[in-house]
Amino acid sequence: MKILVCITNVPDTTSRIAFINNDTEFDKSGIQYVIGPYDDFALARAVELKEELGGTVTALNVGEAYGDPVIRKALAIGADDAIRINSFPKDSFFVAKQIAEVVKKGGYDLVLMGRESSDFNGGQVHGMVGEMVGLPVVSPVMKLDIENGKAKIAREIDGGKEFLEVNLPFIAGCQEPIAEWKIPNMRGIMSARTKPLQVLEPVGDETRISLKKFSLPPEKGEVKMIDEDNVEELVQLLKNEAKVI
Amino acid sequence: MSVLVFVELAAGEVKGSSLEAISYGHALGLGEVTALVLGITDERKMTGLGKYGAQKVLYSDDPKLEKGIIQAYASVVAQVFDKVNASVLVFAKSSLGDPVAANVSVKLGASLASNVVELPETRNGFVVKRSIYTGKAFAEVEMQEDKKIIGIKKNAISLKEDGADASVEKVEIDLSDEDFQVQITSEEKASGEILLPEADVVVSGGRGMKGPENWHLIEDLAKSLGAATGCSKPVSDMDWRPHHEHVGQTGLKVAPSLYIAIGISGAIQHLAGVNSSKVIVVINKDAEAPFFKAADYGIVGDAFEVVPKLTEAIKALTN
Ligand SMILES: Cc1cc2nc3c(=O)[nH]c(=O)nc-3n(C[C@H](O)[C@H](O)[C@H](O)COP(=O)(O)OP(=O)(O)OC[C@H]3O[C@@H](n4cnc5c(N)ncnc54)[C@H](O)[C@@H]3O)c2cc1C
Ligand SMILES: Nc1ncnc2c1ncn2[C@@H]1O[C@H](COP(=O)(O)O)[C@@H](O)[C@H]1O
Repeated sequence: MKILVCITNVPDTTSRIAFINNDTEFDKSGIQYVIGPYDDFALARAVELKEELGGTVTALNVGEAYGDPVIRKALAIGADDAIRINSFPKDSFFVAKQIAEVVKKGGYDLVLMGRESSDFNGGQVHGMVGEMVGLPVVSPVMKLDIENGKAKIAREIDGGKEFLEVNLPFIAGCQEPIAEWKIPNMRGIMSARTKPLQVLEPVGDETRISLKKFSLPPEKGEVKMIDEDNVEELVQLLKNEAKVI
Repeated sequence: MSVLVFVELAAGEVKGSSLEAISYGHALGLGEVTALVLGITDERKMTGLGKYGAQKVLYSDDPKLEKGIIQAYASVVAQVFDKVNASVLVFAKSSLGDPVAANVSVKLGASLASNVVELPETRNGFVVKRSIYTGKAFAEVEMQEDKKIIGIKKNAISLKEDGADASVEKVEIDLSDEDFQVQITSEEKASGEILLPEADVVVSGGRGMKGPENWHLIEDLAKSLGAATGCSKPVSDMDWRPHHEHVGQTGLKVAPSLYIAIGISGAIQHLAGVNSSKVIVVINKDAEAPFFKAADYGIVGDAFEVVPKLTEAIKALTN
């Protein structure tokens, strides 16, 4: 089994988001970067499948060099090697093009991604790559087992789940509870230092959307506290002030 | 020029988020609005889409399209986009809509922006505002291509409800075996439930509810408000509630008008899933719970006492 896992390098959820350069650039100062939370589930399942069925796991990131520590973390968790496409991820189309190139050349049996990135929140890249390389896409996947070249999948739908089957190779956008996140152990961290991380230059620079500017939502006002013995007041406020019931 | 809207059904009903997509498509003012309905529903519901701004409804009740298979839906949407000579496709962000639209964008060579929160600004190019960083920021992006696909976030537009009936017509489409490499074998679904991603009011419970046996308190309050029920991650991890109710960074992102959080501490990972709600009410016995900082209204108190009283007060109001 040759598995490719696409990981994003994103600010930890607890990060304060700010912008610089007239609100056209993300402020990286003081930011702690992590593997995208949904991508982390994809990676964990990839490593489990490798342990179960044999094979290799390759981690792929489209991003600049400041993402290398996060890629090393994926190696420490259990990826065998990694590829970084050395470019700022300009838009989903650009990223999908880069991933599609790696998928076409690599002959992977399985391509795992996250359900969505926690910075761009597009939920788009897997669908685009699927069409570019002509492979089926299933997302959001909450359970994935492989038997005799066929995948058995549970996919989340509104109000429940649906069970599917598809032959390998295909592309999945993963989410909980597909696997438990893995925390790298000491041996993993040591071995990650010497595992190969290949840096490749991007193909083309075509994009389909371009950034004008960033902005932040307005600050939340003060919370209005209501006495626990006076729930009627809350009901009145929701009806007459907030007008939401 | 015209606008195509991808409509999703849930148990034969048009999803509320798809009605918003139709209203959005209409408000674009870029020509005739065609709604594409895949799956089985009755004719009356389709003509009724006119009320929200669709002039025309095209449908396919091909049994192969009853379930949402990404490739097959994408192939149909792309064909119909060309057939009606559309320049914009609108859909509501969902676990099906996102990958379908992404696939279609590559087929058509279109610009795609999802998670859009407002109507576009078109004075200088075609610029839409997207929600990013899981609700913590926005990006204004220009859609460069002539063909555009817009995925809207809940509440991106208020529903319009004054149009005339839409004309309804069955659409002929070509489906190939290629489109059906994924086979759906079965489905497990709660019936008659208000869908969480669609709900205008959400009542959510956390570990403070102590156990699944107490969930009737959450459900009764939800019922009195016509709300959907949600939960925090530990609650679904412990199987007190099904996974599809789990809200937050690793779960569902919701954007209701009213979110009521009961016995949830308000960890940042939970807030990431609810920070787009219009109004947040927090009930927690600990006055120091971080959730109060993100709330509009708060009650410090024991959920087991406060929630039944609140349910009664709501019932009294609606009777
Ligand atoms: C990477 C990562 C991702 C995560 N993703 C998510 C996510 O998507 N969603 C999510 O929810 N969490 C997520 N978490 C977990 C999150 O950090 C919190 O641990 C979790 O949200 C806590 O759930 P809780 O508020 O239900 O429980 P607790 O933190 O245990 O809080 C229980 C609350 O109930 C109150 N309480 C107790 N008894 C009563 C009573 N009788 N009446 C009223 N109030 C009472 C307490 O005061 C307390 O505030 C994630 C964590 C990590 C590290
Ligand atoms: N820059 C990137 N590098 C590698 N994988 C990515 C990148 N951006 C997105 N992906 C993958 O595509 C998934 C969906 O991303 P998105 O469409 O941005 O929500 C993510 O969960 C990742 O698995």
